[in-house]
Amino acid sequence: MNDTTTPETQAPPVARRRAQARKKQAAANASLPMRGPTEVDVTLKINGVEQVARIEPRVSLLDALREHLLLTGTKKGCDQGTCGACTVWVDGRRVLSCLTLAMACEDHEVTTIEGLAKGGELHPMQRAFIAHDAFQCGYCTPGQIMSAVALIREGHASTDAEIAEWMSGNLCRCAAYPNIRAAIRDVRDSEAGGNDASG
Amino acid sequence: MRPVSYARATSVAEAIAALRAHPDAAFLAGGTTEIDLLRLDVVRPNALVDINALPLSRIEDLADGGLRIGALARMSDVAEAPAVVERFPMLMQALLLGASAQLRNMATIGGNLLQRVRCSYFRDVASPCNKREPGTGCSALDGINRGHAVLGTSDHCIATHPSDLAVALIALDAVVRTEGPRGARAFPIDEFFLLPRDTPHLEHPTEHGELVVAVDVPAAPIARRSLYAKVRDRESYEFALASVAAAMDVQGGVIRAARVALGGVATKPWRARRAEQILVGAPAQRDTYARAAREELASARPRQLNAFKVELAQRAIVRALETLAETGGPQ
Ligand SMILES: Cc1cc2nc3c(=O)[nH]c(=O)nc-3n(C[C@H](O)[C@H](O)[C@H](O)COP(=O)(O)OP(=O)(O)OC[C@H]3O[C@@H](n4cnc5c(N)ncnc54)[C@H](O)[C@@H]3O)c2cc1C
Ligand code: SF4
Ligand code: FES
Ligand code: FES
Repeated sequence: MNDTTTPETQAPPVARRRAQARKKQAAANASLPMRGPTEVDVTLKINGVEQVARIEPRVSLLDALREHLLLTGTKKGCDQGTCGACTVWVDGRRVLSCLTLAMACEDHEVTTIEGLAKGGELHPMQRAFIAHDAFQCGYCTPGQIMSAVALIREGHASTDAEIAEWMSGNLCRCAAYPNIRAAIRDVRDSEAGGNDASG
Repeated sequence: MRPVSYARATSVAEAIAALRAHPDAAFLAGGTTEIDLLRLDVVRPNALVDINALPLSRIEDLADGGLRIGALARMSDVAEAPAVVERFPMLMQALLLGASAQLRNMATIGGNLLQRVRCSYFRDVASPCNKREPGTGCSALDGINRGHAVLGTSDHCIATHPSDLAVALIALDAVVRTEGPRGARAFPIDEFFLLPRDTPHLEHPTEHGELVVAVDVPAAPIARRSLYAKVRDRESYEFALASVAAAMDVQGGVIRAARVALGGVATKPWRARRAEQILVGAPAQRDTYARAAREELASARPRQLNAFKVELAQRAIVRALETLAETGGPQ
């Protein structure tokens, strides 16, 4: 961008305004430096811990977790947003890590299945999945559990039909659905402490 | 997946300027279309300008009783907004019946309107496709076209427009607001979506670097009694085979006003104006709905595998209007 040819002080108003606009434009461009496409340092806060991954900007959060940070609990099913195996939380909301760029998560908090257990104690939803035999091969399970905990927090687990609808983003090829719903009901009811109103 | 550069914009001006400076860059919102198609090599930006930090996610009341929905508001948040639930139930339902809970947490209103078609040939770079590569032909015309459109098609493309949200917005006469190299612009939503004609690669009247900033939904008292009905191959997490956004004002058994729009069957979100003409002034009964549906679908041009949609869309219209007349809204 070259706007040095017109001496701005003598320029007619339109040209001056254009020159100013060009300057503003150049400033805006300059203030937005591109990172990549080669590897850059990306700082991610995962399960409360800051980590630096050296990755290309095209790397998904899923691949950054699995391939670079060796957090392999999060699973890759379809890599196209259709199965839910890769479900994690970003700022507490359940999202698909396969369609999220790792770089876009800088300054945000990521929670994965590895972050659910506290002090060596499994999360109640993890325990309920075991108690209800809510998996066969287990491949969809981390995504199911991340979704299930979020589901209860969102207040969308009041009936079986509602659970089915709001869990529809998590496919299970082993069709453990009835047991998954049983685990969710269990946690819902124990969290509610017998008080239905709290959802 | 090709390599890309990345930058996070902190202001609208910066985002627009960045795309202007990079002719092959694209905006990145929720990424649920963009990252998917980037990975499939269907779209080929060399840089992504992340717009998620822009202050465009508010839902505000307009002076006339309508709503201004920021382009970066997430589908999940808009569906829960009290103003949407109370004043525009069809909008709430169109959002909640789309995609999955995870995707709705990510996907933005602007991105939803700009999502690309789900035609499997469009998504497969090995197949000829006029939309992806102009002039190569349309593989769907005589291919697997069960999911394709029967309205608004051309000999060059028959891909269905996939958005549910856009169908409700077109029934509500929404306005899409943009900012870009030519300043601020506003498009009646019907004009925001182009028919494929012989240029299926052109989908919107916007230009490179033009940012959708908001969608305005004008006040519509009729919409308080409205619904969105979606028919699909499975009960949830699936695109529409046929869908209907409908609102109706019935007084003394006579239809005073009606809004009807169709999804899943057309190449753009389809305002069923012919059906509306027939409904208004006619008795609120099944015959009327059936006639309106029949006339709306009269111009349908089905292909080998999607002929069932002509009947399905009519039944969906009748069902939606009957439900609305009986119950006044979503169940
Ligand atoms: C498995 C699956 C199922 C789905 N099911 C449904 C469904 O049933 N119903 C439905 O309606 N949708 C469905 N979708 C589509 C989904 O709703 C869209 O992908 C989503 O709304 C796109 O929004 P986004 O914010 O993720 O956009 P992105 O992917 O970030 O962007 C999409 C496009 O718009 C551009 N863009 C984004 N924001 C702006 C802006 N503000 N201004 C200018 N350009 C912009 C981007 O450059 C890109 O080209 C589904 C998607 C998937 C993956
Ligand atoms: S229907 Fe449209 S998108 Fe699909 S192959 Fe034909 S031209 Fe491409
Ligand atoms: S791997 Fe992300 S949805 Fe399937
Ligand atoms: S347990 Fe095997 S896919 Fe769900």
